[in-house]
Amino acid sequence: MDISRRTFIKASVAGGAGLSALGFDLSPAYAAVRQLKIRNAKEYRTVCPYCAVGCGTIAYVHGSGGLNTTNTVIHVEGDPDNPINGGTLCPKGASQMQLAISPRLQHQPKFRDARSDEWRDVTWDFAMDWFARKFKESRDATFTERDDEGRVVNRCDGIAWVGSATVANEDAYLITKTMRAMGLGYIDHQARI
Amino acid sequence: MASLAATFGRGAMTNHWKDIKNADVILVMGANPAENHPCGFKWALEARDNRGAKLVTIDPRFTRTSAVADKHLQIRPGSDIAMLGGFIKHILDNDLQHDDYVRAHTNASFIVTEDFGFADGLFAGFDEAAQSYDKTAWEYERGPDGFVRRDPTLEHPRSVFQLLKHHYDRYTPEVVANITGCSEEGFLGMADIICSTGRADRAGTIMYAVGWTMHTVGCQIIRTAAIMQLLLGNIGRPGGGINALRGHANVQGATDHAIVAGILPGYLKVPTPEQQSFEAHLTDSTPRPLVSDTVNYWGNYSKFYVSLMKAWFGDHATPENDFAYDHLAKPGGDATWLTIWNEAHQGRLEGFVALGFNPLLAGPDVPRLFEAMAKLKWKVVIDPFMLDSAEFWKAPGQNPAEIDTEVLYLPSSHWIERDGSFTNSGRWAQWKEKAVDPPIGVRSDTWILSELFWRVKELYQEEGGAYNDPIQHLTWDYLNPREPTLVELAKEINGYDRTSGQLLSSFGQLKDDGTTASGNWIYSGSYTEAGNQMARRGTADPTGLGMHHDWAWSWPLNRRVLYNRASADADGKPWDPQRAGIAWNGREWIGDVPDYGPTTPPDAAGAFIMNEEGVARLFSTHLADGPFSEHYEPVESPTTNPLHEQVPINPVIRWYDGVRDTLAMSAGSEFPYACTVYRVVEREHFVTSNVPYLVEAMPDFFVEVPEGLAEEKGIANASRVRVWSKRGSVTGTAIVTKRIQPLRVNGKVVWTVGIPVHWGFVGLTTGSMANQLTPFVGDANTRCPEFKSFLVNLEQA
Repeated sequence: MDISRRTFIKASVAGGAGLSALGFDLSPAYAAVRQLKIRNAKEYRTVCPYCAVGCGTIAYVHGSGGLNTTNTVIHVEGDPDNPINGGTLCPKGASQMQLAISPRLQHQPKFRDARSDEWRDVTWDFAMDWFARKFKESRDATFTERDDEGRVVNRCDGIAWVGSATVANEDAYLITKTMRAMGLGYIDHQARI
Repeated sequence: MASLAATFGRGAMTNHWKDIKNADVILVMGANPAENHPCGFKWALEARDNRGAKLVTIDPRFTRTSAVADKHLQIRPGSDIAMLGGFIKHILDNDLQHDDYVRAHTNASFIVTEDFGFADGLFAGFDEAAQSYDKTAWEYERGPDGFVRRDPTLEHPRSVFQLLKHHYDRYTPEVVANITGCSEEGFLGMADIICSTGRADRAGTIMYAVGWTMHTVGCQIIRTAAIMQLLLGNIGRPGGGINALRGHANVQGATDHAIVAGILPGYLKVPTPEQQSFEAHLTDSTPRPLVSDTVNYWGNYSKFYVSLMKAWFGDHATPENDFAYDHLAKPGGDATWLTIWNEAHQGRLEGFVALGFNPLLAGPDVPRLFEAMAKLKWKVVIDPFMLDSAEFWKAPGQNPAEIDTEVLYLPSSHWIERDGSFTNSGRWAQWKEKAVDPPIGVRSDTWILSELFWRVKELYQEEGGAYNDPIQHLTWDYLNPREPTLVELAKEINGYDRTSGQLLSSFGQLKDDGTTASGNWIYSGSYTEAGNQMARRGTADPTGLGMHHDWAWSWPLNRRVLYNRASADADGKPWDPQRAGIAWNGREWIGDVPDYGPTTPPDAAGAFIMNEEGVARLFSTHLADGPFSEHYEPVESPTTNPLHEQVPINPVIRWYDGVRDTLAMSAGSEFPYACTVYRVVEREHFVTSNVPYLVEAMPDFFVEVPEGLAEEKGIANASRVRVWSKRGSVTGTAIVTKRIQPLRVNGKVVWTVGIPVHWGFVGLTTGSMANQLTPFVGDANTRCPEFKSFLVNLEQA
């Protein structure tokens, strides 16, 4: 039997239901092709982290979700239900999987001493103690309760906080709430630049 | 955004992404959405393909957006006001304005004081010594009833309409061509398209981005466009608007929530030292109606402010202590980006915290920022990735042994490891689900912030110190005080009744007696007793206009098009029944969530409820540099200002110490070429330098050199080229291009060089930082730096 590519496909299709002209059953092969790697993944609806179009995405996650187990993102794609992007993504959005699980993501707080030419690893406890200590020191050293004209101003001019346009609204709000309560005026983020 | 608020009352994109499909004309200027917002841009293509809309670009480069546009016009960087001013004159000369709209919905009929004028590049009221304007010279004239005098015929010589006509009369096609570098025919061809929407049955929109904001005249560029759109009757209408395309996922939300100098959440104002009492703050911050028929919604300012103080300080904010008025700092002056860096450069700043931000690369004038950073006592960088800003002390050319700054780097969790909402450019707050836990060793921003708060608070309790009542009094009654959930915070933002604990459904319920709390009044209604509105996923689109009221939630009150009252005429009838925003049915408004009282009759008040005028401002006293716009040159310009040589640049910009010496302020042989910076689709600022696919697609820093200039300089395509400004230099691969043509400006040939911004010294590939070149000077209102137009020289490297 002279089998061109075309007749092979025809024969294969005809054989989908049982024995094909080829003499063997192709249905397990079809079934195997249809096993997507996201088959057992759990879907989470999220939003692309890049520009402000707000494309909806679906993160596919493997893992049981059990206590002390680690779940893994295995795939991210556009959310077809989202009216803004209708499932489409740009080159950045389409490659966000590599951003989500990058080996370049850091896991370790690091500290650089004055005049040092290298980082050293520190614990979170050290890091937050140091951060709070420095924050208080500079706040106390640069705090103005009354300005030169005797007016109540209650401000800290010695510390600046910048960012971020990349965090969620709720964290953005908490940043403003906390830093304004600390008395900071120098607060800004990417909108200006 | 300052500019949109100055015109319409709110600083945000007027429409939303999907609405762009409803336009008949789409002007893309100061943006390149095909490259930088591709999935939003597809709605422009949809309008082109399905409605036969015209898509046009005006840009210093032939961009990827230009490549799919019906028409492109090249202008030199920083000449946008001249171009847009030309359109305004074209509209008025040819009677192309939407006359009924202008009369119903703008302040065209308002009479302005006799003191107002404009001569030799300066508006009336200029104070030479203070380098600022006394705005009393721009006020409206009042009638005996205390309200503004109006002339409905628009013929009074001091009516806004006549003043507008007179002001832009100088922007003839010849003048526009001379300033921008385009041809008169090119200008007129473009004007025919753009000025064609001044009719009830047509709508035109504008897409802009930082190509407009990043100039010393950034606000006034946007003002010019806003004036043009008002004349054409395009604001408030589906398919119309002026749309600011934001560049990070939550620029809009972070701005709404006021990680911004000078404002508090919901665009409330930070108190000033002059406002020593709460009453003084309220008096200054609450606009009084200028006409009898205005809603003047900002009249409710005290309700929003008191509710914010109750959210923050709870029982410690009482009527007796003016709702903890003195708990918030009163800054001594401007506190924006450039000022922060200037304070550091002057050695006055001790500590600097950057969260989710790479400030060193963000610029401008990176050499200056290096100097400033080395003067800090300490610096904390919080980000999922290691950043150039954290490693500035070991950057090429820096000597760590001479840098005393202590630096802490904290690895924080990523967007996909968190829930919470992002607000896109179109004001849609979309809730995202958390997909995975952060890896071991990584903490959330919420945890880091809470931990900092608690440890500082405890240090004050143990040791005392500077005024710390606000820290001790700050509400923090979260279930886990060391890491509040984002749901808890979303509810606090939305607001609640302090007596019943019930979540509010609208900011209409907020009170100034202390019985309500709301962390951000414009988000009231986002998380109600009915649940998290931002997480809604209904896809229905009953109007066919793409409003999708059941998808996510849009501030304010799920309204999809701002100022939609102006989509209907004086009687409440939609200008275009095919594209109705809202319509008055005799009893109530139907359609979009009305930007107006739901049952307020159409003739009861003006359409722009946030403005004390009740209408939109063709003439606005809300900006520092003029009630109308005027073409001023970039501070570094290849030419003089043909309109007024003695006032070439914006006269009221702020000069930081020592900065004039770092600028090439007169065109000469030393720095003869204009330069502009931009993004490419494969990258997003700096974070993408961690993504292998994207780095592979766009690996190296490059310089776009126009063909003729390359020839003149002996620069071959793909060879190495060095570009330098008065501040710094960059070296990269030359891409010799036809995309930028030489322009004839004010009698001489001007070449423009283009540079992408995406590289630094940390990343999968490294390369020159574009902001080595950019000038440390900003807009007169926002102080947004002039990244988009400066002078350079170049040579084969």
